[in-house]
Amino acid sequence: MEKKNVPQDKSALSGYTRDVCYVKNKDGKYEKALSTGWEVKAEALGNAWDDIHNRVEEAKIAVKNGKKSPIYYFFELKLMDMHVISGYTGFWSFTIKRHMKPHVFKKLSNRKLQKYADAFDISLEELKNFNG
Amino acid sequence: MDKTTTPTVKFNHLQTAHCENGVTTSLLQHHGIDFMSEPLAFGLGAGLFYIHVPLITVLNGPFISFRTLPGTIFKRTCKALGVKVERIKFSNKNTAQDYLDKQIEKGRLVGSQVGVFHLPYFPPEYRFHFNAHNIIIYGKDQEGNYLVSDPVMETTNVLTPNELQKVRFAQGPLAPKGQLYYPVNVSKVSTDLLKKGIIKGIKRNVRDMLYIPGFFAGSKGIKFTAGQVRKWRDKLGQRKAGLYLGQIVRMQEEIGTGGGGFRFLYAAFLEESASYFDGNEELLKASEQITKAGDLWRDSAVQMAGIYKGRLTEQSDYNLSASILEEISNVEQQAFRQLSKLKLSS
Repeated sequence: MEKKNVPQDKSALSGYTRDVCYVKNKDGKYEKALSTGWEVKAEALGNAWDDIHNRVEEAKIAVKNGKKSPIYYFFELKLMDMHVISGYTGFWSFTIKRHMKPHVFKKLSNRKLQKYADAFDISLEELKNFNG
Repeated sequence: MDKTTTPTVKFNHLQTAHCENGVTTSLLQHHGIDFMSEPLAFGLGAGLFYIHVPLITVLNGPFISFRTLPGTIFKRTCKALGVKVERIKFSNKNTAQDYLDKQIEKGRLVGSQVGVFHLPYFPPEYRFHFNAHNIIIYGKDQEGNYLVSDPVMETTNVLTPNELQKVRFAQGPLAPKGQLYYPVNVSKVSTDLLKKGIIKGIKRNVRDMLYIPGFFAGSKGIKFTAGQVRKWRDKLGQRKAGLYLGQIVRMQEEIGTGGGGFRFLYAAFLEESASYFDGNEELLKASEQITKAGDLWRDSAVQMAGIYKGRLTEQSDYNLSASILEEISNVEQQAFRQLSKLKLSS
C-alpha cells in the first residue's frame, strides 16, 4: 500500500486512537502512517455488532416467553461464550446450560446467583428481576 | 521533599501496529537495544503465519489467524538477541498486585498480558473477550493508579488498581492469569548476533509458511479458505456468509495488523533486514513479493466487502473472492521459496 492511499474513513476508533499502517513512501521505502479507519472494515465490524444486537434481542424475547432464564440474556449481552462464562463463574458448561432453564434458575441459591451477577457486572437484584 | 513514593522511570511511549511487537520493541529499546523496531521484532519472532482451523468457530465465524501464537514473538525475539526473560503467572490477585508494585518500586518496566473486554480506554466497539492483549506498566501516579503504555494507543493511559486487576484476571480462552514479563540481563547486542537472528527468523518463517503439516495452515491454508468461500453462499445463506467474510476481513485488517494481514509489516522487516546485509537484492525482491501479497489481501477485502454490503450477491462474486485468495497463496508460496533459497552469512 502506498502512503497516499492510506484510508482516512470514519470508524469506531474515532476519539480513541488511530491505526498504525505500514506503507510505502515516495521513495518506495516502508514507513509508518496513521489511519482514522477504513470503511471496508468499519462495515464488517458494524455488521458483527448488528448480529450481536439481534442475538441479544432474541435472547430478551426468549426470557420474556419463559423459554430461557435471565442468565442466557446477560450471557449474550456481555458477548460471552461458554469458556468465558465458565471462567468467571467457575461452573461447568453443563451446569451453566441447566441454569439457563427458567425452572432451574428459580431454585438457584443467592450464593450461586451472585457468581453470575459478578460475572456480568450487575447487581443480584438486576439478575433476579430481569423478565425480558 | 518529593512526595511520590515510586521512582519515575524515564520512558517514551511508542505506538505500533501490533501490541506484542510494540511491547517487545519498547522494552528492548528501554534496555539499550537502540536499533530495535517493530518490523524487526516481528521478523525476528517469525510472526507471519496463516491458519484457518476447520470446524471450529470463534465469535460465530471462521477461526482464522494471520500471525503466530500469542507470546511467541516476544519469546523468540528475546532469545535471538540473547536476552533472558522473566515470565510469571499468578493464581492469587493480591500476590499479583504486590509483585507488580515491587517491580515498579525497583524502577522496572513490565509487560502485562490483559483482556480487552474491561479495558476502559479501549474503543467500546472493540471490547470483546480477547485475552491476549499486551501492555506496558511503567509506574504509578501519586493517587496510586498505574501508568500504562498500550502500544496500539496514540497516548499513554492510567488504570486504577481495580481496573488493572480486572483486565489482568480476565477469564476465558488465553486467560492471562495476571501474567507479567520483562527482560533481565540485557547486554549489548552485536550486529553479528542480530544478523544471525534475522537469518534464523526467516528460516523459521519459511518453515511455518511452506512446510507446516496440515492442509489448513501456512500459505496452502489460504487455498483451503478459498475452497470454503466458494461453498458459503449455498451452505450458509447470504447473511451468514457475509458475516463470515466480514470476520476474515476483521482478522486481516483490524487494529494491530499494520494492514494486509501483517504482510506489509513483514515486507518492512525484509526491507529493513536488507540494510544489514549490504542491501541484499534477494531480500528486497522478497519484500516486494510480500508487499504484493499484502496489496492482494486488501483487494480481496474490497471484494468481500462488496458481498457483505449486499452490493454483490452472485455465486460468481464469491468465486472471484476465492480466486484472489488462491492467487495470494501462490504469491506467498513463491516469496517464501525465494527466501528458502537465500544464502545469507552473518
